[in-house]
Amino acid sequence: MSHSTVPRSSAEASMPVKTPVASPDATGAREARPGPGKLGFRLRFRRDRALILMTLPAIVLVLVFNYLPILGNVVAFQDYDPYVSDNGIVSILHSPFVGLENFQEIFGDSAFWNAVQNTFVLFFVQLLLFFPIPILLALLINSVLRPRVRAVAQAVLYLPHFFSWVLVIAVFQQMFGGAGMLSQLLRQHGYNGIDIMTDPNTFPFLVTAQSVWKDAGWGIIVFLAALASVSQDLYEAAAMDGAGRWRRMWHVTLPALRPVIALLLVLRVGDALTVGFEQILLQRDAVGPDAGEILDTFVWWNGVHNQDFGYAAAAGLIKGVVSIGLVLAANKVAHLLGEQGVYKK
Amino acid sequence: MTTVVDKPASKPFRWVSAPERPAWEEEPSKAGLAGKGLVLTFACLAVLFPLWIVMVTSLSSRKTIDEAGGLVIVPKGLTFIAYKELLSGGQVTRATVISILITLVGTLFSMTVSVLCAYGLSRSGSLGHRWILMTLLATMFFSAGLIPTYLLVQSLGLTDTYLALILPSAISVFNILVLRGFFTEISQELIDSARIDGAGDFRILWTIVMPLSRAVLAVITLFYAVGYWSAWFNASLYLNDQDKMPLQNVMIQLVQRQQQPVGLGQAIRTGQLSGLAIQMAVMVMALLPVAVLSPFVQRHFKKGMLTGAVKG
Repeated sequence: MSHSTVPRSSAEASMPVKTPVASPDATGAREARPGPGKLGFRLRFRRDRALILMTLPAIVLVLVFNYLPILGNVVAFQDYDPYVSDNGIVSILHSPFVGLENFQEIFGDSAFWNAVQNTFVLFFVQLLLFFPIPILLALLINSVLRPRVRAVAQAVLYLPHFFSWVLVIAVFQQMFGGAGMLSQLLRQHGYNGIDIMTDPNTFPFLVTAQSVWKDAGWGIIVFLAALASVSQDLYEAAAMDGAGRWRRMWHVTLPALRPVIALLLVLRVGDALTVGFEQILLQRDAVGPDAGEILDTFVWWNGVHNQDFGYAAAAGLIKGVVSIGLVLAANKVAHLLGEQGVYKK
Repeated sequence: MTTVVDKPASKPFRWVSAPERPAWEEEPSKAGLAGKGLVLTFACLAVLFPLWIVMVTSLSSRKTIDEAGGLVIVPKGLTFIAYKELLSGGQVTRATVISILITLVGTLFSMTVSVLCAYGLSRSGSLGHRWILMTLLATMFFSAGLIPTYLLVQSLGLTDTYLALILPSAISVFNILVLRGFFTEISQELIDSARIDGAGDFRILWTIVMPLSRAVLAVITLFYAVGYWSAWFNASLYLNDQDKMPLQNVMIQLVQRQQQPVGLGQAIRTGQLSGLAIQMAVMVMALLPVAVLSPFVQRHFKKGMLTGAVKG
């Protein structure tokens, strides 16, 4: 995140241009936007006020909908009563503080630990079964030389990424549900139909299959870009030295992909506690909370459904704090491995 | 993601015939080629086959569906009756109109805010841009949580209004960063010359920067539009009035919970309409706009995903 505040070219900065037309923000010498030290704050403000004005709508949205709600986490320390008033802020002001009572209750709640366990199971199953697929697909598509085949394959594989989770799950239900394609074929051949959509035992694999169907194709973009940036000279040199197809892949292609793989792994681990909220919430009722409850749906169930906001907010806060810790730790590991994390050191 | 550079393909584009293979590369074996073709075909079919079944069944008559025992793979006499019934007023028609309007208004709003912000942050050395950037970037690392956000939206009086479906998720910081990455690469000389001619920042953005960034604008517009079109959670959270629900939420009711669409239950029970065809038709309506539009933007995806994603 280094940023140069010096003017791009000193020649430009030393040649102030007086704009002939008296436009309101014409202060001269502004084209290179010299940084602090060259111009006073007021001059810079007059020069850049249009730019600052442009960022205002986004800043307001972010402050209101991303930063302001942080304060709302106080309900985690309250016995929040949603029926005091229709206005959440008024309710917060009138609800009694109970200290860490909500947290104590959560740590003794087996449903919470069940949600934690399901979250980790889903995370690891998805990491193992999802993560390698885009890499393999990208290697495959990269080895296809015909541009037309590549373009068509990419168009098809990218498509499900743009489908909503509602649609993806509906498609899976029509294929693998109790009345779906698979059951229909089984019944026509004299077997009993099966309903994979409501089977808690296979739920982690079902969720992973849905993720693969929806996003594995999209995931290849990053790897294709990395593959395109590998110099052909490296391959040629390796071939000259007698390296075959597989050795070139091992010694040239994979090292080129390493930084991307490391970065994506770091991002994934940092986001470990988020394992697909919408996707799983849509199926929670079908498989039941024993298999289908994750941390995010636990918060939703207790808060939105049961109206126990203090309890739910406390669970959400635990998840949020642990998540920040995971992101920072994952970045640390990336830096230790000599890779660039989400942010630079 | 500075390690990933978006390079133009080194090979010239050709439509037919075998493209050249570098002299040093060995010819692939027949078995290898067949294997590759097989895997690629399987992957594409895994995507297309379910969509084919959904589409064909939605276009099949009650009789064809009964004969097939449910889902139809081979089309036999297509009919648009399911679509005609769904779009002749009623629950699904209303939901479709609502979804289209929210997508249009929301995308316009999101794009306006994002493009303005991205340009406002794209001129190096401008006052305060690093602070503003940090404020935006930080939101990528934390989330205030579902419950506080829910209470806030409720406190703002947005419950049961469509603003609740647009404002809380109006901007994506990632999208702003991608736009900004593009805007910073536009040459300073070009912008300076416009300034010398007396153009202000708004005018420069509109007449110089935006026309030069059509590719990335198309990609980000698609991202936002797909986001609004696909959203269902905020509607389930903030809308109590069932008549206000967008298409995705109606799809949950009709397909996942197997309810019959309001007003069409009679026709389904008496056998004029197939309930399955109705479900499939709703799914096709949800996927059609996305499936039609995204391939047009496809060649720009790589740019939109990578270039300048995170640069200080």
